[in-house]
Amino acid sequence: MHRSVADSFSDFVEDENKDFTLKDGSRIAVVGGGPAGSFFAYFLLKMAQAIDLDIGVDIFEPRSFKYCGPAGCNHCGGVVSESLVQTLAAEGIVLPRGVVQRGVESYVVHMDVGDVSIESPVQERRIAALYRGNGPREGCDATLESFDGYLQDMVVGLGANIVPELITGAETRDKRPFLKYGDGKGGQYDLVAMAAGVNSNIINMLNDLTGDYQPPKTTRGYICEFHSTPEEILRILGRAVHVFLLDIPRFEFAAIIPKGPFVTVVMVGDDLDQELVHTFLNDPVVRRTFPTNETPCVCSCSPLINLGARKRPYGDRVVMVGDSGITRLYKDGIGAAFRTGKAAATSAIFHGVSAKDFEKHYWPTCKRIVNDNRVGKVMFATNTIMKNSRITRKAMLRMAQKEQLKKGARPHMSTLLWNMFTGSAPYVEMFRGTLRPGFIYNLLLSLGSALVPDRQHTRTEKKVA
Amino acid sequence: MVGGALGKVYADGEEIIRQGESGDAMYVVQGGRVEVLQNSANVGEQHLAFLQAGDFFGEMAVFEKEVRSATVRANGEARVLRIDKKALLTRIREDPLLAVNLLKTMSHRIRHLNEEISRHGNTAL
Repeated sequence: MHRSVADSFSDFVEDENKDFTLKDGSRIAVVGGGPAGSFFAYFLLKMAQAIDLDIGVDIFEPRSFKYCGPAGCNHCGGVVSESLVQTLAAEGIVLPRGVVQRGVESYVVHMDVGDVSIESPVQERRIAALYRGNGPREGCDATLESFDGYLQDMVVGLGANIVPELITGAETRDKRPFLKYGDGKGGQYDLVAMAAGVNSNIINMLNDLTGDYQPPKTTRGYICEFHSTPEEILRILGRAVHVFLLDIPRFEFAAIIPKGPFVTVVMVGDDLDQELVHTFLNDPVVRRTFPTNETPCVCSCSPLINLGARKRPYGDRVVMVGDSGITRLYKDGIGAAFRTGKAAATSAIFHGVSAKDFEKHYWPTCKRIVNDNRVGKVMFATNTIMKNSRITRKAMLRMAQKEQLKKGARPHMSTLLWNMFTGSAPYVEMFRGTLRPGFIYNLLLSLGSALVPDRQHTRTEKKVA
Repeated sequence: MVGGALGKVYADGEEIIRQGESGDAMYVVQGGRVEVLQNSANVGEQHLAFLQAGDFFGEMAVFEKEVRSATVRANGEARVLRIDKKALLTRIREDPLLAVNLLKTMSHRIRHLNEEISRHGNTAL
């Protein structure tokens, strides 16, 4: 039977030490200063202040988000979803103009059978394209501000302490987690929040330490940054994120995201390798949208993407937030970091830091994401089937095009595609949308229309293109 | 403007919400400044407040079905993000603590209103 890091920490705390509540003077370590760590620290400190609880928070983050390129990078597509933008605004967190590299108003879906632009439901920029770090190599000249750096400054403003050190070990001392860092330094904590993601070596280090850590399932994605001028990128791509449904073997999906003077290409596929990347970038549909041969790629990486969930992302005095524990399938990783970070902080402040406390008050949030991901797998499998047939691709395209052209039409397919690509709605909600009679009726009509030979539709396609 | 910003741009003097109309969203100022105005039969149009980045308005429509109690206009160019009632209430159902920030602002506004009433009462005496 596998035992987790969390279980090992549980062993540190003997029965006589039953007091798992945070008190004045309690010390909390957050390992990783990305969005999951910062959101956890933000809500922990805000809630502690609200109930006059005096706690200390150390955030261990060796990188500086002031550096461009790998030194300050967090390997991410960098899109904040519509739902998270609205939630942050309701929480009083306004993303500054310098952090948002491009406010996105629409998504353009590209297929070999044509393109369709799906506008934001209320014609406003509700999705933020941004850089987690300070931009790619060659980004240092640009006036980029880091999203992770902005969140970090926010938690420092609330009293958190940034420790620019790499964690080198963890053990128990006096029945509390003890973290080792730097050159022989260390500190004892009442709670450790792991927020180091799946691309950090700390996960392997903890595995070596305990021999029992089961990291989440992962796959490799591909991210490449292309450099040009903001005006040229605006001319080519507009204020839209461009997504591709192409019948390329092993290809899942890809997005081209404009960000100030850069364009981020994000790609996911099975056994993703250079050959698949090359095939995608040279596909005629991609080349007509964004001719990559005219724009240099200045930075690229193949980060791990979390595909699954840890069974128990918590233990006594240990909790895992964001990618380290559970995230949304393919989409809205920053949104999942927000939700898990806030739920873990709420549990720690108002209920306690034992495994039982996290089980009762943190796990329900994680479980909702896990259950939603199950539906997401079905949705992506269906999407793969649909995109691999020319007839179904044409049907999807025509249905969405008609909805976008006809004012007042119920946007069944447009809403589905919008939510699938933006990650703005839970997969369960998207699935429910596909069961509506209107969706099924219009899809069947579009399928019937797609079965008619192309020549008869030439006029219609010209009109809607 | 090429750079990034969220929400919708309103020109100087452009109405964002109008008193007396029904509403299904609240708004958060992302940049610039907006002015809150109230029209009454006795006094006419009266300035209530200026709101800036991070401030929100129209939140009463989220919690009750009454019409808008004030008009809000851009004061200079302003950028404002709309938060849909249904989406917000869905999120509050999942995460009730999301409402705390709204309650804090509403509480602050009630306190401010009480102070205004008290000040007017003293002036009348």
